[in-house]
Amino acid sequence: MEDLIFNLFIFVLAAFVGFELISKVPPTLHTPLMSGANAISGITLIGALIIAGGSGSLYAQWIGFAAIVFATINVVGGFMVTDRMLEMFKKKEDDQ
Amino acid sequence: MSQFLPEFLHGYIPTTIQLVYLIATGFFIVGIKRLGSPATARSGNQLASFGMFLGVVVTLFDQEIISFEFIIAGVLIGALLGATAAKKVQMTAMPEMVAVFNGFGGGASALVAWGEFTRLDPSLFDTQSLITIGLSILIGSITFTGSFIAFGKLKGFIGGGRIALPGQNNINLILTAIALVLVGWFTYDPEYQVVFWSLFGLALLIGVLTVLPIGGADMPVVISLLNSYSGIAAAMAGFVLDNNLLIISGTLVGAAGLILTNIMCKAMNRTLPNVLFGSFADGPAGGPETSDSDKSIQQTFADDVAIQCAYAKKVVVTPGYGLAVAQAQHVLKEVANLLEERGVEVKYGIHPVAGRMPGHMNVLLAEADVPYDQLKDMDEINPEFPSTDVVLIIGANDVVNPAAKTSPGSPIYGMPILNVDEAKRTIVFKRSMSPGYAGIDNDLFYSDKNQMFFGDAKKSLQELASAIKELD
Repeated sequence: MEDLIFNLFIFVLAAFVGFELISKVPPTLHTPLMSGANAISGITLIGALIIAGGSGSLYAQWIGFAAIVFATINVVGGFMVTDRMLEMFKKKEDDQ
Repeated sequence: MSQFLPEFLHGYIPTTIQLVYLIATGFFIVGIKRLGSPATARSGNQLASFGMFLGVVVTLFDQEIISFEFIIAGVLIGALLGATAAKKVQMTAMPEMVAVFNGFGGGASALVAWGEFTRLDPSLFDTQSLITIGLSILIGSITFTGSFIAFGKLKGFIGGGRIALPGQNNINLILTAIALVLVGWFTYDPEYQVVFWSLFGLALLIGVLTVLPIGGADMPVVISLLNSYSGIAAAMAGFVLDNNLLIISGTLVGAAGLILTNIMCKAMNRTLPNVLFGSFADGPAGGPETSDSDKSIQQTFADDVAIQCAYAKKVVVTPGYGLAVAQAQHVLKEVANLLEERGVEVKYGIHPVAGRMPGHMNVLLAEADVPYDQLKDMDEINPEFPSTDVVLIIGANDVVNPAAKTSPGSPIYGMPILNVDEAKRTIVFKRSMSPGYAGIDNDLFYSDKNQMFFGDAKKSLQELASAIKELD
């Protein structure tokens, strides 16, 4: 039970940090923020690694494999497309 | 990869992994913080991706990982697909893209919970792990199918309107209640396969049924909400695996999605339950059949618009999704450049729900090299309309509809709008007189300060650009 309580503490504190961090983001950045945050939610990849490479049955490894493919699409695609978008945001002075 | 390390280091591996996770958490938090300002956003995204890289690499040293075939194959395939999609996607299709990525993220979390459950003997799990496995599968699966339905709606594969059975809302609520009962049952008897599979199937079905009835105009809200779900699903997977990095990052994403959902709801003056369970289409669509005959419009053409804009002091452009559909943002930028060369001040007034996801219009204009300091949000631009000579309304409709302020019977009454009617002149670029996405007539069109410039947005803007050039 201690584990669950400890995890709940982390969960609630992280939620406060999240609300604090994000509540002041200007509308211009909402789309990149969302796709960047979306890429971060692909962190579930590290759970998938343990399942796909772990000592479980072949069946479990295949599930892990599918999870890795899904999560990697999310991570790689998410960060790259966010970078592509943010590259376009320029101030006037910057473009010659 | 721990087997490649010298024996005496093995004892330190678990602690080292946790410490690197802590560092990765720091990168995520600082990264998200920096994503909050245009000047630092790009580095923020890079910091976050570096944090992700650290987390993944150090996990490979986990002593539980003994084989790498599946890992290498999975990462290669996923990276290839993700990178290709990220490089090829059109900026107009960003909402679809984010919806798909969301779906994969949520799906991955559900698979992780399923995999962990399958990998170990069910008797090894205590009640709390079983609850979190159940919730992970539930939220992850809802995110998965919900996102793909949202994708289909945005793409137009599935009708944009409300597709629902009678009593659909009650059905959804009952199904969700049943799903929660199944989570409880699964916790009580994890080895009973029927319960596990019913829970999985039902969760996938709920995702479909909750997004299907939601109208296309509400998609910004749905995408934000699904984004939040995908984060919460990752956090739940973190509970299953007792992994703090997953819990923290998933929760950060969950919070981000909720805040954006809230902003979108406010921008449409609606509550979340209203978006999820109600729809514009339920109201008296289009309002009463008022006699259109007593309302007249003024039509205008490129030459006249060119003169009005060229001799104005200040021109504000209010773009809507129609601009993006017509791929007209580059021509718009050309028109703006021509006007600026003549000393006209040009600004862009952007409504929070202009586009198909939060901030979408800003990205589209940034793609056309519009500097972000010219992009003004609603609160910034509204006080400027009284001193504006000409407002060009391109592909926007409901977000400039004065009915939101003046007619309490209108479905959009109370929605904050761009107060373009306070400007000296408004010019609406529009294909025809058809009502907007919400199906509501717009009184602005009949105002004597307004002129209609009919035609495809891109073609009209091209005509306008050449007309301005000819003025010299």
